[in-house]
Amino acid sequence: MQLEKFYYENKIPKLFAVATIFWGFVGMLLGVVAAFQLAFPQLNFSEYLPYLSFGRLRPVHTNAVIFAFVGNGIFTAVYYAVPRLVKASMWSEKLSRIHFWGWQLIIVAAAVTLLGGYTQGKEYAELEWPIDIAITLVWVVFGFNLFATLFTRRERHLYVAIWFFIASWVTVAMLHIVNSFAMPAGLLKSYSWYAGMQDAMVQWWYGHNAVAFFLTTPYLGLMYYFLPKAANRPVYSYRLSIVHFWSLIFLYIWAGPHHLLYTSIPQWAQSLGTVFSIMLILPSWGGMLNGLFTLRGAWDKVREDPILKFFVVGVTAYGMSTFEGPMLSLKNVNAISHYSDWTVAHVHIGALGWNGFMTFGMLYWLFPRLYKTKLFSTKLASTHFWISTLGIILYAVPMYWSAFRSYFMMKAFTPEGQLQYTFIDIIHTVIPFYILRGVGGTLYLVGVVVMIYNIWKTVKSGSFVEREEAEAAPLAPAYTAPKNSIWHSFIERKPILLLVLSLVVVGIGGIIELIPTFLVKSNVPTIASVQPYTPLELQGRDIYIREGCYNCHSQQIRPFRYEVARYGEYSKAGESVYDHPFQWGSKRTGPDLARIGGKYPDSWHFYHMLEPVSMAPGSIMPAYPFMFSKDLDISTTRSKIHAMRNMGVPYPDGYEATANDDLKKQAQAIADNLKKDKIDIESSKEIIAVIAYLQRLGKDIKAEKVTAQQ
Amino acid sequence: MKYQTYLEQINGVEIYPIISLVIFFTFFVATTMWIFSKSKEEIEYEERLPLEDQ
Repeated sequence: MQLEKFYYENKIPKLFAVATIFWGFVGMLLGVVAAFQLAFPQLNFSEYLPYLSFGRLRPVHTNAVIFAFVGNGIFTAVYYAVPRLVKASMWSEKLSRIHFWGWQLIIVAAAVTLLGGYTQGKEYAELEWPIDIAITLVWVVFGFNLFATLFTRRERHLYVAIWFFIASWVTVAMLHIVNSFAMPAGLLKSYSWYAGMQDAMVQWWYGHNAVAFFLTTPYLGLMYYFLPKAANRPVYSYRLSIVHFWSLIFLYIWAGPHHLLYTSIPQWAQSLGTVFSIMLILPSWGGMLNGLFTLRGAWDKVREDPILKFFVVGVTAYGMSTFEGPMLSLKNVNAISHYSDWTVAHVHIGALGWNGFMTFGMLYWLFPRLYKTKLFSTKLASTHFWISTLGIILYAVPMYWSAFRSYFMMKAFTPEGQLQYTFIDIIHTVIPFYILRGVGGTLYLVGVVVMIYNIWKTVKSGSFVEREEAEAAPLAPAYTAPKNSIWHSFIERKPILLLVLSLVVVGIGGIIELIPTFLVKSNVPTIASVQPYTPLELQGRDIYIREGCYNCHSQQIRPFRYEVARYGEYSKAGESVYDHPFQWGSKRTGPDLARIGGKYPDSWHFYHMLEPVSMAPGSIMPAYPFMFSKDLDISTTRSKIHAMRNMGVPYPDGYEATANDDLKKQAQAIADNLKKDKIDIESSKEIIAVIAYLQRLGKDIKAEKVTAQQ
Repeated sequence: MKYQTYLEQINGVEIYPIISLVIFFTFFVATTMWIFSKSKEEIEYEERLPLEDQ
């Protein structure tokens, strides 16, 4: 057959690679700032402006690292590897460009809106609905271009890296769409379609699988392509990679509920989450060993080649996190780790070690080839490797230490049966660890700066190769498989079949876990005394969400003696049935708030929000002075009540029209109450709504007891 | 949720995960067995794909 000439286009991979570096730097810098804010609350600058407080900054950090740094890293790998693996140009350069610029615009919009306080209040899915729609559109453009390329390919077999890209694409689409269902209540305001326990199940099904199908599977595709290239030898076992692929994508999707152990989700869902998490060790370690064994007989190269060093530590970090993850899914271990700095350490072994180092390895390999030159300095790359490795250790060790220390302090009782330490006591003792963590993060960032310099010098010393010519024979229209070919080889030749099968495999776990929680009433036992929020409380709740309070405060008390003694009766599923979105949280840098209502007088909250240390000496919470000068926007009450009722919250018909009357009445009552404590404040200020919300939390269930006693 | 009432209860919902576990355990055993019967030439060709594109 006649050979066809075509070319590999390098502009798009280059753009994505540059974006990876840029957003990586920004995202990590924000991480360092956020880390130091926890040690030095003055760095929140909240006396001057509301935008940089930890609650708003942390989501920008997580979103930047996940979707901007790792996201652009994924696209760099896809746009570089796929054309070469299938011997074809990308189908449309225009679509590639729309994808690139669309994604960068989304990132900028995300950063601006999140700092502005526009958030859906669900971790790693904070972006408001217009941005969610934009993400969907750009994702479709990406998928269309990818599949069109696969259909014009000149290589019949789809290499394993491509399967990982395909499965990632389809699963991320599914997760994003299902989790982002929301009822708009304004241009930049919406409420999660799901409430309470159901929202928690969907959110962590999404959250866990964002880790799986955004941070893991596409990077496994990257590993299966760039590691063999850097080592110049094929992957250790191609057969293992097939088993690795199917078992990993099937098992991953089930593990979400391990983020909700000991919470008020049904017992069966917790058990499923644990069982599948344990099973996940097998495929994960299969993949890790496949990566490491690829270097068998080439370990001498690892000593000299910084690219391989990055890959080896990256894959090892993958192995460590995927062992640690299942261990954290055991209920007895999770009792210690949940809400603690352990989770933070675990996540960062994955993000800094696996994603970071795999990305750096790829970039050091890629840039000299894009610019037809040699890496400016191998020594500097090695320096980067060592600084950043040290950074990871210095980040993780203090976090583990802090987690265990706070666990033992949290559960310590005096011989008289009282809690031995207050929450502030515990926070005090872990601040040195927070400082060390910040130093570790800074070191890691310094390594990145060294890399930027090295790559910059490399780029300067070469000239950019815009396109590389290649030639290959087109696929013969009539193909008959060799006689000894097996059925899996058939799948490997059919991209759409691979897509459909991947979707089926990932769909099963999701369906089995989610559908019963929506359809079986007994899964959410209702509590008669639980009522919808009043309009003022609803507005206060939206301020709570806007300021990202859930980043540090949970609203979910686990059934342990030391939690019940500290925070009150453990949480029930029926208590959060009107919580769109749920606010259970995942980390306690501050105490749980599920039963804060009525614990302190209004005046305590007033002073505490104005200057936290005045009420809780040593508190690391940011101050919120702007809530005391800003008027509550009550023009939104109508649309908010309307949206809530559309989702089944039982506000009476026509309540939209009179809701603001009730709101003003309740606000005036709080202002009057504050006046008794010699505090003069207008009832129209935001802080009044926040107090109303905080004072409501956890109260409904107490009302039930009063009725029962009567 | 409004549609909660459409189906009040799934009888014996506990059996669902067990069934799916059995199905997929069988599926994986079968896949693994098949994959190891994949011919050596085929594997050797496929695993070298990333090394032959430059």
